[in-house]
Amino acid sequence: MTSAVSFAKVSRHFGKVKAVDQVDLEIAEGSFFAMLGPSGSGKTTCLRLISGFEQPTAGHIRIFGEDVSQTPPNRRSVNTVFQDYALFPHLNVRDNVAYGPMVAGVPKAQRHAKAEEMLDLVKLGSYGDRKPGQLSGGQRQRVALARALINEPRVLLLDEPLGALDLKLREAMQDELKSLQKRLGITFVFVTHDQHEALSMADQLVIFSDGKIAQQGSPEDVYARPNSRFVADFVGSSNVLSPDLTRALGGPAKWASLRPEKTMLAAPAKAAVKGTVTAVRYLGAASRVVLDVGGNEIAALVPAGQDLPVQGAEAGIAFEPDALHVMEREV
Amino acid sequence: MHSENKPSFGLKFAAIGGLLFLHLPILLIFLYAFTTEERSYQFPPPGLTLKWFAVTWNRPDIWPPLYLSLKVGAIATILAMILGTLVAASMSRARFFGREQIALLIILPIALPGVITGIALRSAFSVMDIPFSTLTIILGHATFCIVIVYNNAVARYRRLAGSLAEASADLGANSFQTFRHVLLPNLGTALLAGGMLAFALSFDEVIVTTFTAGQQATVPIWMLEELVRPRQRPVTNVVAMVVFAATFFPILIAYYLTRGGSETAGGGK
Repeated sequence: MTSAVSFAKVSRHFGKVKAVDQVDLEIAEGSFFAMLGPSGSGKTTCLRLISGFEQPTAGHIRIFGEDVSQTPPNRRSVNTVFQDYALFPHLNVRDNVAYGPMVAGVPKAQRHAKAEEMLDLVKLGSYGDRKPGQLSGGQRQRVALARALINEPRVLLLDEPLGALDLKLREAMQDELKSLQKRLGITFVFVTHDQHEALSMADQLVIFSDGKIAQQGSPEDVYARPNSRFVADFVGSSNVLSPDLTRALGGPAKWASLRPEKTMLAAPAKAAVKGTVTAVRYLGAASRVVLDVGGNEIAALVPAGQDLPVQGAEAGIAFEPDALHVMEREV
Repeated sequence: MHSENKPSFGLKFAAIGGLLFLHLPILLIFLYAFTTEERSYQFPPPGLTLKWFAVTWNRPDIWPPLYLSLKVGAIATILAMILGTLVAASMSRARFFGREQIALLIILPIALPGVITGIALRSAFSVMDIPFSTLTIILGHATFCIVIVYNNAVARYRRLAGSLAEASADLGANSFQTFRHVLLPNLGTALLAGGMLAFALSFDEVIVTTFTAGQQATVPIWMLEELVRPRQRPVTNVVAMVVFAATFFPILIAYYLTRGGSETAGGGK
């Protein structure tokens, strides 16, 4: 099966800055694909390379097998939901949504009917006559979504789709995007710096660091088996253990990741490793206890109801043997 | 408890005084358009009459300057709207070394004293053997009219050129469609406002005109010459009212057109 999007040794350099450097990437058709990374890691540039607003300085980009490296944005079968939505302020919601068919020459009655259909899809059926300025942030996002979907793209690109929404709306929108993607069956590619968003929505994700791919896989895979210190720390703020500490805990002398939620507190006498409690933070369903173990910070998530140590007390660390994940890469 | 933030009596008095000082003379100009005394501006006017409007209408020497002012203003404004929009388009899009310096050069004509612009243009025209005519006045006015249009357009462009233009291209529009359906409608009011202000500035410009005009006179120059003569003084006041209307209403309209946005409406010269 051909990939929806494929990058072959794609680079985009801005002068000396290697925004995207030698990236190989395959995005499977029908997947909900996340590009995750801190700001400046190259994820947005990758998205703009797919939409055509950036041209690669080297390498080839294919969309459904077709080399689009020289194709301008208006001739690509992808559409974008922009981070700031980029709704046309002078047009009402219906004409915003109908913009794609309008420039394609579809007659007014037809394109308006299609626009209403798309507005129903995003549950904004009665908002056609409003101007974008009269809508809330969440509603604007839905209009942007309807506008991008009306052209029936084979790939929908979303640039930090939920960044501008408040927490509650963001969670509702996550579910909605996910079910919309399932229903339409088209490939969604979204960029985010929020690991929770990427983990909860995507079925495949790639993590960028300094213009390169740090790791790619399913959310479960990346979360449970980070391949590097960077990924372990960026995705889910794992405990990153130095080779010495890993050996002390019974592993090989390599960097390792130990998830706080898989770490338990134990009586100091019985534990292989003990440390001093430096912080106890109540989080509701659990508390995060941070220990200082010979200069290394290790956090453990203690479920509500269990006894909590006080700050300054001695505590030991225990975990299931398979919780310690040894990382092959040195970075 | 709410804070007492009312201005003091002294501050109010000073503000009102300042406004009166600025605007009473304008009212006096209007008043003297109706006076019966034609040689001096005595207060209060000995009597009021409407006859100066008829006199002004019938004075043949007022029509050529008025016609010239309208022509210069209109052509300079059109020139400025075309060039100013293009400059704004390229400046808001381009990222190159020295961009800030060039932006400064573009707005310099409005910051420079009129005499400097005037002398510079006059010597340039002489060097190039261009005879002083309507054309040279238009070119002189266009130098600062462009700045007004540019200032209005560039702020609007900066917002548009980024994601709106990209959204349009993303949805399948070519560059011409993007310009026609997205840029132009959003730029429209800013351009119109810039044009109005440019016309108003051109209509009452004196200094640059003095340096770039040949034997012709625009309305403000005609008024300056008229002030020296002792006869039919109120005619000047009637013309002043016309100038006031020709400049005030475009500025007012420009103000309302750009009110909602945060863009610069212009800057006085």
